[in-house]
Amino acid sequence: MSTHLFSILFIAILVENYVFVQFLGICPFLGVSKKLDTSIGMSFAVIFVMVLATAVTWPINHFILERYELTYLQTLVFILVIAALVQIVETFLRRFIPALYHALGIYLPLITTNCIVLGVVILNVQRQYSFAESIVNSLGGGIGFLLAMFMFTGIRSKLDESDIPHFFSGLPITLVAAGLAALSFHGFAGIAENLFK
Amino acid sequence: MAKADKAPEVNARQVFTKGLINENPIFRLVLGLCSSLAVSSSLIGALGMGVSVIFVLLLSNIVISLLRNFIPNTVRIPAYITVIAGFVSIVQMLLQAFANPIYELLGIYLPLIVVNCIILGRAEAFASKNTVGMAALDGLGMGVGYTIALLSIAFVRELLGAGTLFGFTIIPEAYTIKLFTMPTGGFLVVGFFMAVWNHLAEKKGKPRAGEDCNGCPMAGHCVSEFVRSQKEVEEDKA
Repeated sequence: MSTHLFSILFIAILVENYVFVQFLGICPFLGVSKKLDTSIGMSFAVIFVMVLATAVTWPINHFILERYELTYLQTLVFILVIAALVQIVETFLRRFIPALYHALGIYLPLITTNCIVLGVVILNVQRQYSFAESIVNSLGGGIGFLLAMFMFTGIRSKLDESDIPHFFSGLPITLVAAGLAALSFHGFAGIAENLFK
Repeated sequence: MAKADKAPEVNARQVFTKGLINENPIFRLVLGLCSSLAVSSSLIGALGMGVSVIFVLLLSNIVISLLRNFIPNTVRIPAYITVIAGFVSIVQMLLQAFANPIYELLGIYLPLIVVNCIILGRAEAFASKNTVGMAALDGLGMGVGYTIALLSIAFVRELLGAGTLFGFTIIPEAYTIKLFTMPTGGFLVVGFFMAVWNHLAEKKGKPRAGEDCNGCPMAGHCVSEFVRSQKEVEEDKA
């Protein structure tokens, strides 16, 4: 059982990295990855919201939507729950835990319409994960996002100092660099197949 | 296109055509990059995604424009999201019933249209401030521009990666470059396209494609929110 959960975690972080392999959360990835402190803060906020959103939507889906055959409302319900959740968490942190709010709270408004949160929730449902599997998958997805952001902040600071053809500078070269980084994540696919299956 | 003929306003044509080139959602505004990278490995997927986005964008723009005087300003974003999610659910059900292979192909990226910046961005920046006809034209233009961009990315990726166009073999398999159908290919092709568009835009004296998702009105909203809250934090510390 624990090996199974570990394999889900490992696959979510490396083999199916949410940024490089599944293309989720590209906007914040390109927008916020310029400075190390903001990219780390943003990543922890994403991990926090992803795990929390999964913990809230899984029971809703399992005990309400599936039981009363309302699964066609999934998209609508999930996005509203996520939006409300982010708002509540922000208000709660601002009011009661100001220290944590200063660390994470400022990134929360950026996350509501971020496809990585809705994406992981929908993936968990599609793959019919149990509660524990869902939480581990969300955690892994979040850690994968952190890894991608952390890696890319370094790459971008190097890119800023490089001599790049004028029309490639900025966003195009960042995308090309992301493409090359994505290539490295293909290497993990074989590991997962041979290690866990 | 029939709608474009009906609207008599002078700038109706402009409202429709700006989404095609000058404000192309992907290459100029840099919106909706996630889905455009993910579904562009085949032309069929790109076309399915494009048509779904046109449908949702057109109808949500119309409805939001009709409701623009009734939605209170403070809850407008959740209200827009609800409208958009409703239409996305409709598209999901229609595709599942009548075009199941495309539904399977698009996978989770179909429900993720809800959080596609293009749709919320157009609701916030255009539909909530303009008449129904204009909002419909804007939605149609932006949707078509998105589809064209998606198809051009998919054209390169499918031709070089799988050697096919819409499933018909063009290049024998021995000469294909698998890399282009993989995620890496998506990033590379979009990067090269964007470089070309930037080059052309600069030749015409226009600014480059937005970085930091500046083009996205929603991102503008959240970036300003971000700056505001960061200032608050600094004030709190001081």
